[in-house]
Amino acid sequence: MRSVLKNLMTRPEVSALAMLVLMVVVFSLISDRFLTLNNFMIVLQPMPEIALLAIGVTVLMIAGEFDLSVGSVFALSPMVMVLLLAQDVPVSLAIAAGLLAALLVGLANAGMTLKIGLPSFIATLGALFMVRSLAIVISGGFPPAFPRDMDTSWLVGRIDLLRASIFYLLGIAVIIAVWLRKTDFGSWIFATGGNTQAARDMGINTTMVKTTCFCICSVLAGFAGIILAFRIKAIVPSMGTGFELQAIAAAVIGGAALAGGIGSVAGAIIGALLIAFIENIIILARIDANWFKFAVGAMIVISVALNTWIRRTAERMRLGDDQ
Amino acid sequence: MSTTGPTEQSQSANAQSGDYLLRCVGLHKWYGSVHALRNVDFNVRAGEVVGLVGDNGAGKSTLIKVLSGVHKQDKGDIFLEGRKVVIDRPRAAMQLGIETIYQYTAMIPEMSILRNIFIGRELRKAGPRGFGWLDRKRMASEAVASIAEVGLDLESPHRPVKELSGGQRQGVAIARAMHFQSKILILDEPTNHLSVKETNKVLDHVRTLSEQGVTCIFISHNLHHIHPISDRIVAMARGEKIADIHPDDTNIDDLNKMIS
Repeated sequence: MRSVLKNLMTRPEVSALAMLVLMVVVFSLISDRFLTLNNFMIVLQPMPEIALLAIGVTVLMIAGEFDLSVGSVFALSPMVMVLLLAQDVPVSLAIAAGLLAALLVGLANAGMTLKIGLPSFIATLGALFMVRSLAIVISGGFPPAFPRDMDTSWLVGRIDLLRASIFYLLGIAVIIAVWLRKTDFGSWIFATGGNTQAARDMGINTTMVKTTCFCICSVLAGFAGIILAFRIKAIVPSMGTGFELQAIAAAVIGGAALAGGIGSVAGAIIGALLIAFIENIIILARIDANWFKFAVGAMIVISVALNTWIRRTAERMRLGDDQ
Repeated sequence: MSTTGPTEQSQSANAQSGDYLLRCVGLHKWYGSVHALRNVDFNVRAGEVVGLVGDNGAGKSTLIKVLSGVHKQDKGDIFLEGRKVVIDRPRAAMQLGIETIYQYTAMIPEMSILRNIFIGRELRKAGPRGFGWLDRKRMASEAVASIAEVGLDLESPHRPVKELSGGQRQGVAIARAMHFQSKILILDEPTNHLSVKETNKVLDHVRTLSEQGVTCIFISHNLHHIHPISDRIVAMARGEKIADIHPDDTNIDDLNKMIS
């Protein structure tokens, strides 16, 4: 029993989960419209985009690296896609090209970090500006219109108040969560972030592991951008500005450690959900919207503090006390 | 400092032997302009515990890094069981049966003992390496067996390594190396940062291993650790091998003078 409890307490998403429960209780007291099915579906509508960003950032953070460029990639991929669509390129190819652009950014981030040896914070800060600039330059200042008559239902079609994209999020989340926890490569990601030197000495190709994670992070960001473009049927080069910080906030609230080696997909999703709930209650309770950033900031601090406290308590629990 | 005596002894030792498990011939290694290994011949017989001693910067760490695949030698050859081998990365060393136990223990603190034993060499139910489905059950049972074999008592293989003491971590590292049935076990300063009690435990482990016939290279700058457990002592200074002697032919004071 104690060991089950201890296992639970050392899960990275435990503090986020506690806050989620607390928030649902408190918010339903603040507004009676909060705890309704309709409201939840409304909250979930824009969730896939930010949650996919958060999952990508989390995977990379587990590997011990960091990506600030996801918000810019979020604009670049759909921009590439829409420009190709305007040239009558088939949808599937245009999407593939958009994702390929994201993959190239991921590879460039990995190259700057792992080959040149820049800290990933600096490398991807550079990429944040460069990729954003690229998205604007290739649009020529006036991005082409999103093709109005294109079938978007397979990606963002309405299902009651939900969008089809939520199922893509769930599918991707399950695949990545299983990959992280059940496969040898997943184990290498945790090992690489947990102690890169040890992982390397034990025969893991840490450069390959980190490069893979940079690419996954970038491609998920590109895909998230494509979902948004599909959903709003429009593209602006400035879309996704600031999303990198929201994604990192979601990842950190979800228990991903800046030092690497700790994090989970469930945490990333709960983190993104918490941010969405805050936004939602501010609207429902007609609170001044300028409090949104304050609330997110406070949640980052509280969740990390709570996580640290829970972990310390769990560490003090000796399994030997079971007998 | 006189190096004549030991060098002569080393040459005679080389001349007698043909049946070395590991033979290094004329190894050189440069780090930029630093000549870290100068024409080093280093041999180990099967079942032997070789103590490798030397002051900081003597080249013993570099020699070990070459043998464990962290760095590749710039010149010279390595023979394992008479066959010339290329050790260009840690995995190549492991595949040849050369396991290294590092002074920093090479463990992931957040991960369980069980996961740490199998890092990079996870057991798979299906799929090739890198795309494999973990076989957690088999890893757990084999981990328990390996830990028991080296006489460690660790409550549960699911405990995170960060909860273990330094000595226990070295115990897990030794269990890990033994699990993969190494031909040669390199222990790189395994007693650094350990308390006296824990040091004795690690030395006991090495004694047990040598009784089981495991070939060990034990590196330390603490001669009191090396002297009693070694079948042979190799001393290095300034990148060169300066002595290759039987522990009975020397004592700690002489060794100290030699390497300092």
